[in-house]
Amino acid sequence: MLPEAIEAMTEQLGLVGNASSLHATGRRVRRVVEESRETIADTLGARPSEVVFTSGGTEADNLAVKGLYWARRPRKRVLVSSVEHHATLDPAHWLADSQGARLELLEVDELGRVHPDTLRAAIARDPDDVAMISVMWANNEVGTVQPVHVLAAIAHDSGIPFHTDAVQAIGQLPVSFAGSGADALTVTGHKVGGPMGVGALLLARGMTPVSVMHGGGQERDVRSGTLDAPAIAGLATAIRVAVKEQESLSRRLTALRDELIQRVRQAVPDVLLNGDPTDRLPGNAHFSFPGCEGDALLMLLDAKGVECSTGSACSAGVAQPSHVLLAMGADSAAARGSLRFSLGHTSTHDDVDRLIEVLPAAVERARRAGLS
Amino acid sequence: MGLRVLAAMSGGVDSAVAAARIAEAGHDVTGVHLALSANPQSHRTGARGCCTVEDSRDARRAADVIGIPFYIWDMAERFQRDVVEDFVAEYAAGRTPNPCLRCNEKIKFSAVLDRALALGFDAVATGHHARLVDGVLSRSADQGKDQSYVLGVLTREQLGHAIFPLGDSTKAEVREEAARRGLTVADKPDSHDICFIADGDTRGFLAKRLGSAEGPIVDQEGEVVGNHHGAHGFTIGQRKGLHIDRPAADGRPRYVLSIEPVSNTVTVGPRSALEVTSITCGRPVWNGPTASPGELRVQLRAHGEVYGCHFEEVGDGLRITLDRPATGVAAGQAAVLYSGETVIGSATIASAS
Repeated sequence: MLPEAIEAMTEQLGLVGNASSLHATGRRVRRVVEESRETIADTLGARPSEVVFTSGGTEADNLAVKGLYWARRPRKRVLVSSVEHHATLDPAHWLADSQGARLELLEVDELGRVHPDTLRAAIARDPDDVAMISVMWANNEVGTVQPVHVLAAIAHDSGIPFHTDAVQAIGQLPVSFAGSGADALTVTGHKVGGPMGVGALLLARGMTPVSVMHGGGQERDVRSGTLDAPAIAGLATAIRVAVKEQESLSRRLTALRDELIQRVRQAVPDVLLNGDPTDRLPGNAHFSFPGCEGDALLMLLDAKGVECSTGSACSAGVAQPSHVLLAMGADSAAARGSLRFSLGHTSTHDDVDRLIEVLPAAVERARRAGLS
Repeated sequence: MGLRVLAAMSGGVDSAVAAARIAEAGHDVTGVHLALSANPQSHRTGARGCCTVEDSRDARRAADVIGIPFYIWDMAERFQRDVVEDFVAEYAAGRTPNPCLRCNEKIKFSAVLDRALALGFDAVATGHHARLVDGVLSRSADQGKDQSYVLGVLTREQLGHAIFPLGDSTKAEVREEAARRGLTVADKPDSHDICFIADGDTRGFLAKRLGSAEGPIVDQEGEVVGNHHGAHGFTIGQRKGLHIDRPAADGRPRYVLSIEPVSNTVTVGPRSALEVTSITCGRPVWNGPTASPGELRVQLRAHGEVYGCHFEEVGDGLRITLDRPATGVAAGQAAVLYSGETVIGSATIASAS
């Protein structure tokens, strides 16, 4: 966590009080919550009333996808990109499996991008029956940035609500809710140096998704539950700092990432870079190492002090080929042999040096172990 | 400098303590849980089954307490092919396989060991109850839990890369140590039966895969005394579940004497007819020292009785002669040869008379 966020959060932890109470301590806590709301709104180009606090990105995505679908019934079509995070994809599948929705996954090109024409064509098949559309701002695995502004405008041409999961984008790319044209936008704390377990759905005025959680209706009658004021204070501070430093961080990470990509290519000549080579998250480098299993490579690198991740894991932790890479047209072996290196505000040249030092031997070893 | 050791962690108490001991001994240990089922159940049901999501969490939790890295290796395809399908095929051929033994031979100390060696590990450690000193395998200090039988099929090469840290301990000691180390699996029930048949209904499992085919149950004279729904539902020495409605002429219970899959015939007879002293075996594996005179013993099934014996090599196989008759000796099981407590080798039982 960012030191500023830790400070903002710990300052609140010692104070009791429910932001919904009318007494003095309640008012004090409410002030913290409302100031945090204003900070987030101001920083992300939204109005304070458009900030709905949640328990994190997953809840915000669920509220957007399920809530907007339910609110727009009897429309049945849900259009979602095929490379979404599970927090968007799984609620959409659930709507199709048990709520009568017709889920249509929007195809992506080999870089992982949804083409405006793909969305146009999908809507045109039956515009009046589309309940909602969701396309993420930038992909969490391969880093590709989506043309969100264009896609949102296309949705609005047909009067369809458009949601985007911007969890990966905030702090890495310039994000403006109003500027994007989206009707709902997901934010989470821990990806911007804030606390875990808190996030928000930016929700345009006039959007009234049906609640996922029912109760006191604390957040615009859309989301219930006593607000976690300390976490909200930490979230707001983290977003403020991350957005303020976004431009300089992006510049630094982009240079470091390009160096990493170039040196990995030199060290392992047959490596494949996944995702858009330039229009990608500054801190994301995602590769397929032919003949290696990502898991084996991860273990070997971890033993040498280099931490990275494979795509996605199922509940038992067994590596599954990434749905993102499969949607981009990769074969199952290439998908299994993939690894993501994420750079953040603590990453340095030394980290890249260390990776390049140990990578060739690890790749050779992982190749010998094969794709068992 | 310690060894780089892969500790196979099932999520049970034995493998957790085994991993803790070698880590404490100063080796560089990585915990690996083997995912053996493509569609794991989320929870254990009683003592049966393994590789549930709950088991993998238990293993991860133990690795965290010990303070070692932890990974899950997907071995489901190899397990399905080399253990589950082999199990079904063996029954279809009228033999009685031991899947735990096959898993040690083909998965833990073959597929997993090969991959571990390729990735730079020196050895694979498991929580088996058996002693292994300088590559020589012998029985566990806990006679009741001894698993040297299901490890007796391993080659010298395989044993050379194995570590069994629990051989000198009893199960009670292992549980006590787990509690002392703060491992939450200390009281987890022992697993029993066949891990991939979660409900324990082996016959139902086989029937689903092999179908039912009605065939005769005959006595030693060849007279039909009943019918069955598939020869694979029987094992040598079985007494219960024969569903013969006529009593034997001598009024004594009848046992399965032989299973003939081609004609789908099950032969039954009195207990005395089950007694054998001569056992023919194939696929011998010599993995230990030569036997001391008079110390040669053979064990014919897991947790089974031990018999004094002698053997001779016949062609590619062995003929083992027992000092006294054994009953219920089934083709497909391993005959593991010991010199006293020490394993000297093993072979697969082909027939007995």
